[in-house]
Amino acid sequence: MEIGYYPGCALHGSSGDYEMSVRACLDVLGVGLRELDDWICCGATAAHSLNSRLACALPARNLAIAERDGLTETLAPCPMCSAQLIKAGQSLARDPELRREMSDVVELPIAGTARVLNLIQVFQQIGYETVAHAAVRRLDDYRPACYYGCLLTRPSETLKFDDCEHPRSMETLLEALGSRPVEWNYKTECCGAGMTMANEATVLELSHKILVNAADHGADCLVVACPMCHVNLDMKQADIQRRYGVGHNLPVYYLSDLIGLALGIDERALGIDRHFVSTKRVQGSGFRVQDSHGTPVQESVPPRHDPRPQALNPEP
Amino acid sequence: MSDSNGKSLIDRVERLAHTRVRDCYQCGKCSAGCPMAEHFDLLPNQLLRLVQMDHVGRALESEAIWLCVSCMTCTTRCPKSVDCAGVLDALRQISAAQDRIAPSQRRTVVFQRAFLNNICRNGRLAELELVGEFKTKSFLNDLNLPLLLKDALLAPKMLRRGKLHVWSQRVKDRGVVQRIFQRCATPEERPTESDEQLP
Repeated sequence: MEIGYYPGCALHGSSGDYEMSVRACLDVLGVGLRELDDWICCGATAAHSLNSRLACALPARNLAIAERDGLTETLAPCPMCSAQLIKAGQSLARDPELRREMSDVVELPIAGTARVLNLIQVFQQIGYETVAHAAVRRLDDYRPACYYGCLLTRPSETLKFDDCEHPRSMETLLEALGSRPVEWNYKTECCGAGMTMANEATVLELSHKILVNAADHGADCLVVACPMCHVNLDMKQADIQRRYGVGHNLPVYYLSDLIGLALGIDERALGIDRHFVSTKRVQGSGFRVQDSHGTPVQESVPPRHDPRPQALNPEP
Repeated sequence: MSDSNGKSLIDRVERLAHTRVRDCYQCGKCSAGCPMAEHFDLLPNQLLRLVQMDHVGRALESEAIWLCVSCMTCTTRCPKSVDCAGVLDALRQISAAQDRIAPSQRRTVVFQRAFLNNICRNGRLAELELVGEFKTKSFLNDLNLPLLLKDALLAPKMLRRGKLHVWSQRVKDRGVVQRIFQRCATPEERPTESDEQLP
């Protein structure tokens, strides 16, 4: 199985650790990624705030590249990118005049037929059972709070993914791997997203509330599938501690980090040692050793001897 | 109230946002779910009401449109399927084009303009360059020295973790990116300074 791959600026920049774990997991699961040739930025919040035409044209160029290269399905692990690409694709698919206009603007023919997937959807296509079958280790000792944030499920009419008020796709996947995610209230609240630099106070306040609620419900870590959520909840945790006087020390994993650990991939290969909040933990007890940062503790997992899954059985 | 093209502003907002602001019946669900409502000078439903009444001027100068984090909760929950977040996008576009940005929120616009400049030059985001342009321009705007120096200690930590790159990637075909930006900057779709000032 090979699908298109749109990393977006974050995964090639400040969230290189996310790309490491996405690639490592999909490699073990036998999914090939073909990066869109000379892709460009989707425009993110800045484009849709300042220029709606640009907010359609920048994603349209990438969709046109995918179409030109015959990629019917493309993974965009950043929800900001995937939401922008899907929104533009839908506008193009239903409006022939816009298609003609945008084809001229982006200098490529475009039909709006390329499908864009978020990371969870790719795991769904592989099949949760297949992922669980490939796992060499259970995630029994993790009590994660699965955090979806905004743009994985909203706006629901556009994205049509999971339940926008009470999503459970990440929980279902992690439960299949033996983990016991907590039920909590803030899984779809906003963390402040792209305001990290422009309006830090907002990010600290919103992210603080999320961390408090996760800890109150017994979570020992957070799981995200978004580079911006990771920056706000992980990198900004020290600033949250300074502002609110609460030391959360809650490790924040990408979804692909935990899947990767279950698949027996080394923490360093997943980029987990690049996170700001230490993921050191005493195995089995859920107790976290507090530490500013440093090398991760090697857990007692036998190294993987290439037990790759024989075949993929994509679920219908 | 009409602008220089003879179009009423509700028409212009509806055209930019591709949604029917007229459909809003003021149930307030958008404001009830908004994570930023407690900081807004005007609530989301009030902003929609101002657009309905064609008093767009007050909306354009509000802090709220720039404090909005575009989380899409309002749009998703609207019982009348009004794209409330899209309406705020439209208000931001008109506010920025007419330079009616609330003074306290200029930093946000400085950041977003620096972001787009960066994409126009490189095709992809060059973080260090973005930080440089944003910090310089926002300092010239507010002369806030602590904010200028704030993240200086973070940079080495990010570099050590491979989260900051001195040399960022650029796309091969930067010409096409610049042409896309030029073609999208037409007054047809993007409000410009030539528009008359609103009430």
